[in-house]
Amino acid sequence: MSAQPAVNTEGYTTADGRKIGGVLMEMKNITLRFGGVVAIKDISFDIREGEIRAIIGPNGAGKSSMLNVISGFYVPTEGEVWFKGYRRGPMKPYQVAQLGIARTFQNIALFDGMTVLDNIMTGRLTLMKTGLLAQAMWWGAAQKEESAHREKVEKIIDFLEIQAIRKTPVGRLPYGLKKRVELARALAAEPKILLLDEPMAGMNVEEKEDMCRFILDVNDEFGTTICLIEHDMGVVMDLSDRVVVMDYGKKIGDGTPDEVRANPEVIAAYLGVAHD
Amino acid sequence: MFYREAGDFKTTYPEDAQTFPIQFDRVRYYAVLAIAFGVIPFFINDYWANAVFVPFLIYAIAAIGLNILTGYCGQVSLGTGGFMAVGAYACYKLMTSFPEVSILIHVLLAGGITACVGVLFGLPSLRIKGFYLAVATLAAQFFLVWLFNKVPWFYNYSASGQINSPERTVLGHFVTGPNTSAAAKYLFCLVILFALAWVARNLTRGTIGRRWMAIRDMDIAAEIIGVNPLTAKLSAFAVSSFFIGVAGALFFAVYLGAAEVGEVFGINKSFLVLFMVIIGGLGSIFGSFAGAAFLVLLPVFLKNVLVEGMGWPTDLAAHIELMIVGGLIVVFLILEPHGLAQLWRLTKEKLRLWPFPH
Repeated sequence: MSAQPAVNTEGYTTADGRKIGGVLMEMKNITLRFGGVVAIKDISFDIREGEIRAIIGPNGAGKSSMLNVISGFYVPTEGEVWFKGYRRGPMKPYQVAQLGIARTFQNIALFDGMTVLDNIMTGRLTLMKTGLLAQAMWWGAAQKEESAHREKVEKIIDFLEIQAIRKTPVGRLPYGLKKRVELARALAAEPKILLLDEPMAGMNVEEKEDMCRFILDVNDEFGTTICLIEHDMGVVMDLSDRVVVMDYGKKIGDGTPDEVRANPEVIAAYLGVAHD
Repeated sequence: MFYREAGDFKTTYPEDAQTFPIQFDRVRYYAVLAIAFGVIPFFINDYWANAVFVPFLIYAIAAIGLNILTGYCGQVSLGTGGFMAVGAYACYKLMTSFPEVSILIHVLLAGGITACVGVLFGLPSLRIKGFYLAVATLAAQFFLVWLFNKVPWFYNYSASGQINSPERTVLGHFVTGPNTSAAAKYLFCLVILFALAWVARNLTRGTIGRRWMAIRDMDIAAEIIGVNPLTAKLSAFAVSSFFIGVAGALFFAVYLGAAEVGEVFGINKSFLVLFMVIIGGLGSIFGSFAGAAFLVLLPVFLKNVLVEGMGWPTDLAAHIELMIVGGLIVVFLILEPHGLAQLWRLTKEKLRLWPFPH
């Protein structure tokens, strides 16, 4: 990473009066190719500190690929990813996690054989430092660290209202709760930026409302920057501060929900255009 | 009615995270320890030590080791026999090269050497998974056995190609060699097993254990959460091989006294320990004990019943034993893939509510 702090410090104020900070993450001219297939074509946008940023688009538009680029799972063919004012070179996914970027998955990726508590504790392991020998001895450093982290995890468990299933193996839980546990695991890492890949997919209205509330609360209470992909337009327009619209790997719109809604290209992509 | 957790409230996180959170379990655990350390050594004779207790203790160490790798970290290994051989030969070389050093240190060093070898053969796990990894570890098994047969330096150029454990003492009592008492063998193995089981429990309940289990359950998600697959897998190989190496060293030095690598540490041993882990329960320390006890006791039991009780010929009884073990593996894989440990867990869950299930 080259030392070139070029953070745009000026923020903006949202319609509901929240202060949004400077640029936390910037995607510059990202192109992603798989052989001959171009998944993402020359896309640039930024994510500012404290905001809820949505990426929307029809199926196959390249949203999930974009999220995978942000989370470091794919390395872009061209273009640069800037994080906290530094250019992020090619990294292994676990190194990206150590930078403070956490994510959830479209199809839940929890550890089925472990309890809810252990799953969420796993989310904190980038923050846990005791070595193999201290762990083997347990008494002392390892136990103290474990308890300190357990306390933090319990706060998240309270926050997401999953106290009752704390010691249940994740494999036994219903879908909606699994989604919530996955959010808890991502939150446990105390991420700078939280990536949510279709957090509301496959949920009923009530579960969606719960999830929306949790997302807003996370943003509000922990000040976590959130970048989410979602298909439910109502949810996206309600939740997010700014929206990127993608279609066929290209960016066709970027702005506040109202701006995006009025954008003729976006309307064309979602509703089709009249041919005369 | 004894099995109650009502009123057994935990007020601190360490209390909640202890190994036996229910008081009845805890009391029973201390009772088992008291009997194992305080009662059995006074009554044990050579038959019980050699037929039941010492092999059980040693196989339990090996089973815990393999369980860490296969049950907790999800990396299948068929190289257990080979790694036990590394432990045995390392211990032999150390014992003959440095006779003045305590055998306890030799056994632990043998474990350390096996850990290094295990990491080396664990390297392919970074690229391959499942069956392919199993075959790669199978290669380790055959290579190691071949190595210890082929290079005379390992068996100190002895004419028979065997290794014989010299006499060594701990605190003035013989623990290896022909003059060893049954109680000394038993206690020596018991102390090591107790310490290692405690270490295994600590490792598996903390961060490292969660790293291993994350890799086992979903390696891609684990990596995105921040688990470095390289260190997680290799640390599992190292810890697992350490346990297996210690088991191999004890098996040779304390239990057998003399060993020939192909006979003792062949592929059969790998499968035996793997069966212990499967029948006992993958991903459970208690399961390792249960599996080891089951497969050590089964032949003894069948021998007593079939040969002495019913007068059948010994070879027939031996074949029937193989068939029963094979059948049980199939039954367990189909009916209860988590083994005896899961049966035990279910029993306890039932007992919590018994006799008022609603």
